Amino acid sequence: MSFFARFAQNRGALVGLIILLLIIAMAILAPLLFPESPWRMVQRPFLPPLSQDGFPLGTDTMGRNVASGLMHGAWVSLLIGLVSTSVALLIGVPLGAIAGYYGGIIDDVLMRFTEFFQTIPNFALAIVLVAIMQPSITSIVLAIAIVSWPPVARLVRAEFMSLRNREYVEAARLVGQSNTTIILRQILPNTLSPIIVLASLMVATAILLESALSFLGLGDPNVMSWGYMIGAARTVIRQAWWLSFFPGVAILLTVLALNLVGEGLDDALNPKLSRER
Amino acid sequence: MKKPLALAISAAALAFTSAALADDPKEGGVVNTIIQPEPPGLVLGMVQNAPTRTVSGNIYEGLLRYSTDLEPMPQLAESWEVSDDGRTYTFHLREGVTWHDGEDFTADDVVFSADVFHRELNPSARAVLQHVESIEATDDHTVVFTLKQPFGPFLLSFEAGTFTMVPEHLYAGTDFRDNEHNDHPIGTGPFKFSNWERGTVIELVKNDDYYEEGLPYLDGVNWHIIPDGASRAVAFENETIDVLPSGTVENFDIPRLAEMDNVCMTEEGHEYFSPFAMLWMNNREGPTADKRFRQAVMYAMDREFAKDVLWNGLGNVPLSAFGSNARFQNDDLEPYDHNPERARELLDEMGYDGEEITILPLPYGETWTRWAEAVQQNLREVGINVETQATDVGGWNQRLGDWDYDLAFTYLYQYGDPALGISRTYLSDNIAKGSPWNNVEGYENERVDELFNEAATAFPDEEREKLYREVQEILHEDVPVGWLMELGFPTLYRCDVQNLVTSGVGVNDGFKDAWLDR
Repeated sequence: MSFFARFAQNRGALVGLIILLLIIAMAILAPLLFPESPWRMVQRPFLPPLSQDGFPLGTDTMGRNVASGLMHGAWVSLLIGLVSTSVALLIGVPLGAIAGYYGGIIDDVLMRFTEFFQTIPNFALAIVLVAIMQPSITSIVLAIAIVSWPPVARLVRAEFMSLRNREYVEAARLVGQSNTTIILRQILPNTLSPIIVLASLMVATAILLESALSFLGLGDPNVMSWGYMIGAARTVIRQAWWLSFFPGVAILLTVLALNLVGEGLDDALNPKLSRER
Repeated sequence: MKKPLALAISAAALAFTSAALADDPKEGGVVNTIIQPEPPGLVLGMVQNAPTRTVSGNIYEGLLRYSTDLEPMPQLAESWEVSDDGRTYTFHLREGVTWHDGEDFTADDVVFSADVFHRELNPSARAVLQHVESIEATDDHTVVFTLKQPFGPFLLSFEAGTFTMVPEHLYAGTDFRDNEHNDHPIGTGPFKFSNWERGTVIELVKNDDYYEEGLPYLDGVNWHIIPDGASRAVAFENETIDVLPSGTVENFDIPRLAEMDNVCMTEEGHEYFSPFAMLWMNNREGPTADKRFRQAVMYAMDREFAKDVLWNGLGNVPLSAFGSNARFQNDDLEPYDHNPERARELLDEMGYDGEEITILPLPYGETWTRWAEAVQQNLREVGINVETQATDVGGWNQRLGDWDYDLAFTYLYQYGDPALGISRTYLSDNIAKGSPWNNVEGYENERVDELFNEAATAFPDEEREKLYREVQEILHEDVPVGWLMELGFPTLYRCDVQNLVTSGVGVNDGFKDAWLDR
């Protein structure tokens, strides 16, 4: 059975994938459908949804187009999710691989270091980091990456520990391959599937983290993100429900879609483990 | 600036007249209001923060108070005379005034407060006192101030928050800051300090021995401390709170609260302070050092939009450096209307190359954040490459004090007279690193210095007016800072709280005349 067929067997995953593709399309089409900056004040403030042509989702506290903000925000959210996850993988995978492969004192040192990060509550640490570095896209991506790499390191380490004494690894060692080659060419490819599944979930977490930071006013003040939209709408939630409702739904759908896709990937990559459906 | 909503209480100076026109005032009752944030201390003159002024303006008094037209009204001084040369001010004090501890208030208290206490502790009073040669008590109820040279705004500096009268018998000869009475302030005002439960409430009770017959009507005022803006709004909605002083709820909540039954709103009571929102522009370096760039910023901003959308239409878009409440405003100047075309022309003319500049919003809440977003968008639309940098209050203070900014939001009080509140922003000897409140933009113009200094001590007022008109023309052309808005700071209250705002400093001393129609 092909990879995609196995993936598609999970109906939820298929729905998730479709939603995700729609959101990606939104992000890509945003500059085409709404070429003007989403910050532009274009109409009367507080227009309810569908009350005027061209403003299907209404306008916000300053007369900015909510639909435009939502689409431009999709780009920001996906970008932050993907980049920060990549950075977290770049930190977590090597640390976990080295700790798991070598074991002993190296493992101890690296794992204590990892625990140091794990014991601090994620969100609190992210707030502190962004506040110190001044809010900007770069500092937010970095902060999210720094708080989300420890689980990656833990996972990769566990995989390496279980794989490092397998016969094919012993064989590689016997033919004289260097440790680096064994880590990169022999073991790492075999740990990819759990990493991919974890990464898809991390993208979802990163989007949530960014939204929470922006909600608290720690977002990059120059980009329109979903979290910012909700945060800015918080004070008027009783007068204008739509300002926080639509970005809220967007975050919900994106995170849900990513989780469904992650589950589908898990099934597709580990056919033997997958539950009967 | 009068709004129909404020009519019920607009009689200002003539508190008694307006009360008589309505019903006869009723005695009794306690008003619950909000103080935000919690003041660091309650001894006026020692502590100058706005919340201290608001609470302690009811405990302490000055020699004078001011109407909403900024005319002096009698307070502890019953009457006063100014000599023809503008150098001698004689105050006749009210007789039979006692401190809250029963001692008599006399001319010696005035001399001690002005000459000793404020000279040591109070920078804003010190700025006025530098014009004073001597302060003498000629008898128990007469005080004579002799000035070195005439100082136009002198009569405007006797407000309770600036020249607080403090009791000599409790403070003379002590270390003022360590005085045991600081925890239990003793004044001459209509209300006495009763209790301060930190983080919860400050309670004031009626001064039964108050010298004005029949006043105050209220039995007490409780200032509640509620740290969260949304909770403050809810407390007002569910009628726990009767009065919301300006700045205690988010602007976006104000229309909703004002529409409730039995809720009234007034913009009066800030004429003395006249908070003036400005955009600091760094005159030292970068594109903002070019006059044409600064003019372009003025043309690019849609200030009417900010007023209507962000401030619910309250307030006023200023013409230039002097606000509409300031004396000697020159209204012949050409307004900087929203004119993106003109802004682009000016930028072309100076050869602006798209160099990136930054803008620092004032970290005082949602309204200011939104405002910075609107200005950023306005500037981008005329081709200025501007990025917003978010900071907290500490970072904002530091960046401005270090002159490390291109554009930054702020607002300043005007204190009724250009020599007290306006010149400080433009005088070149007021350039000093480390403070976000002086000539932060680094504007230097000899002629402007000359005119401001001359005008401060010119006599009589016609002379001052001439000088101030000229200075406004220069400032209007040079645009040392952006003039954003004279802020409308509305006070929301239950309509049955009568006579709440009766002076130009508003709820800071308003409970004296207030009564409850319940």
